[in-house]
Amino acid sequence: MAASGPQTPYVANKPKDIPTAEALRARIPGWGVDLDRKDRPSYPREVYDPGSTGAHWDYPEEQPGREGRERSIEHGRLTPVFGTSSPLHGVSGSIRRYAYRYGEGRAAHWLLLLLGDRVDAWGAHAVSFVRLRPDNPITETGVLSEGRRHGVASRFGRKRVDVNHQWIDPIVVAGPWVAAAAGAVLGVRAIVRRGRR
Amino acid sequence: MKAMVYRGPYKIRVEEKPMPRIEHPNDAIVRVTTAAICGSDLHLYHGLMPDTRIGHTFGHEFIGVVEEVGPSVQNIKRGDRVMVPFNVYCGSCYFCARGLFSNCHNVNPNATAVGAIYGYSHTTGGYDGGQAEFVRVPFADVGPAIIPDWMDSEDAVLLTDALATGYFGAQLGSITEGDTVVVFGAGPVGLYAAKSAWLMGAGRVIVIDHLEYRLEKARTFAQAETFNFAEYDDIVVEMKRTTDFLGADVAIDAVGAEADGNFLQQVTGTKLKLQGGSPVALNWAIDSVRKGGTVSVVGAYGPIFSAVKFGDALNKGLTLRMNQTPVKRQWPRLFEHIQNGYLKPNDIVTHRIPLADIAEGYHMFSAKLDNCIKPLIIANPS
Ligand SMILES: [Zn+2]
Ligand SMILES: [Zn+2]
Repeated sequence: MAASGPQTPYVANKPKDIPTAEALRARIPGWGVDLDRKDRPSYPREVYDPGSTGAHWDYPEEQPGREGRERSIEHGRLTPVFGTSSPLHGVSGSIRRYAYRYGEGRAAHWLLLLLGDRVDAWGAHAVSFVRLRPDNPITETGVLSEGRRHGVASRFGRKRVDVNHQWIDPIVVAGPWVAAAAGAVLGVRAIVRRGRR
Repeated sequence: MKAMVYRGPYKIRVEEKPMPRIEHPNDAIVRVTTAAICGSDLHLYHGLMPDTRIGHTFGHEFIGVVEEVGPSVQNIKRGDRVMVPFNVYCGSCYFCARGLFSNCHNVNPNATAVGAIYGYSHTTGGYDGGQAEFVRVPFADVGPAIIPDWMDSEDAVLLTDALATGYFGAQLGSITEGDTVVVFGAGPVGLYAAKSAWLMGAGRVIVIDHLEYRLEKARTFAQAETFNFAEYDDIVVEMKRTTDFLGADVAIDAVGAEADGNFLQQVTGTKLKLQGGSPVALNWAIDSVRKGGTVSVVGAYGPIFSAVKFGDALNKGLTLRMNQTPVKRQWPRLFEHIQNGYLKPNDIVTHRIPLADIAEGYHMFSAKLDNCIKPLIIANPS
């Protein structure tokens, strides 16, 4: 490359300092086999070819159990097929059903759904103590892998950006538990004192 | 049957769940042999994807053996070894008829802006995923493919998303011969995107990440130049400097939003600049590419707004291309590349974890312990 005078991008030509195709092919098996953009699987992007997909219907049969299934108001109808993982229930279900009154372009829709998620998680956590299987913060967060999977060595001795926030992670994880325990202690003390009067 | 179950942010466990049933005549039930944990599962795990419900089973990358088929299924039968693309799609709607399988309109009642994905919250249709012993596979005549005899089953599971998505990311970059391609993120998708960029004729491939062991993989697996952004004041300026202040011709965002952290970390990342979180990778891609260049986005982004530097994209005349991958469209070509030895997908697998230990697997993957790049889940030993 000429050292004097302006260079790319201030002048038109980019210096060709990349290896030749032969050199690249020697170093990288398969280099350039998909060079022709027109021959790549996604070019052109939209080809009308309904016969190619394996579908043997114009419109699929409709899955039963459609009553009460929530749907986006941007759908003209309930889709013929849908997931059945976790139907709406309880308070979180009401929040979520309410969220589905808003269109997908609205922040309210997504933020209400996130609120429903938090309520769902808190509720399930509380119920887990009543049911036979309480949540176990040790096994369910997988923290035991810190000991088994080089937890310490994976964090130090290398430039890791998440080391920056490690100091606050225990507070975030344990904080709500400590706060809840403190709240419970205060609550019990208040009840006990009231009882003594 | 046993299945991984979401219990709230950062909490999962293995539970006994009812066997999935044929709910529609074109359903199949698949006995999962191998599944994978994906970087985008971390969005669910961290509780950031709206409408992720307690009791949901994650897992959109899986292969297995057909256990049962519905009455209208013609193309697969009981006993077939199948690989299942992460997209649930009907094959006959307006979008499927045009090859936009990831944008199917007939399978996700919860949203129109995104198609349906196995095990990816109710925002993508509420389907249980494959991190379980059994899974319901809708439209069994459309999505699954029988695994060819010559194909390694680990390669097959990587084809259900990661490899297809990495290749798709390079495709969306519209790479021409000699292009300089910069890939943000050295996770599985970024590694495959870098590798694919060479197949499409790139002249120079650069991979950017902050974890040295992943960059090492980018050098050995994908023969890429690497930059650790934690070592530079300003990685964008560094990219300009290394491209004669022109910028890269193509930038691929293989990170997505929020891959590494929780809400608090997003605050520390975007407000206090303590780390690279949220849409930082996309903004770096927009800033690092040359004027008139192409930005390809295959990292996962949810429906919640993110602060993208759209003005820079406009003023630089960029082409932005993105989608969820229409996985099955990529398969015939990728099968050829694997047979020819151009791609060896399972070179990036670092961990194989029994389903029973999946909570530890998630923590390890989320916290990037033990040089983890791609963990597989062994559901039913085959
Ligand atoms: Zn995935
Ligand atoms: Zn469709």
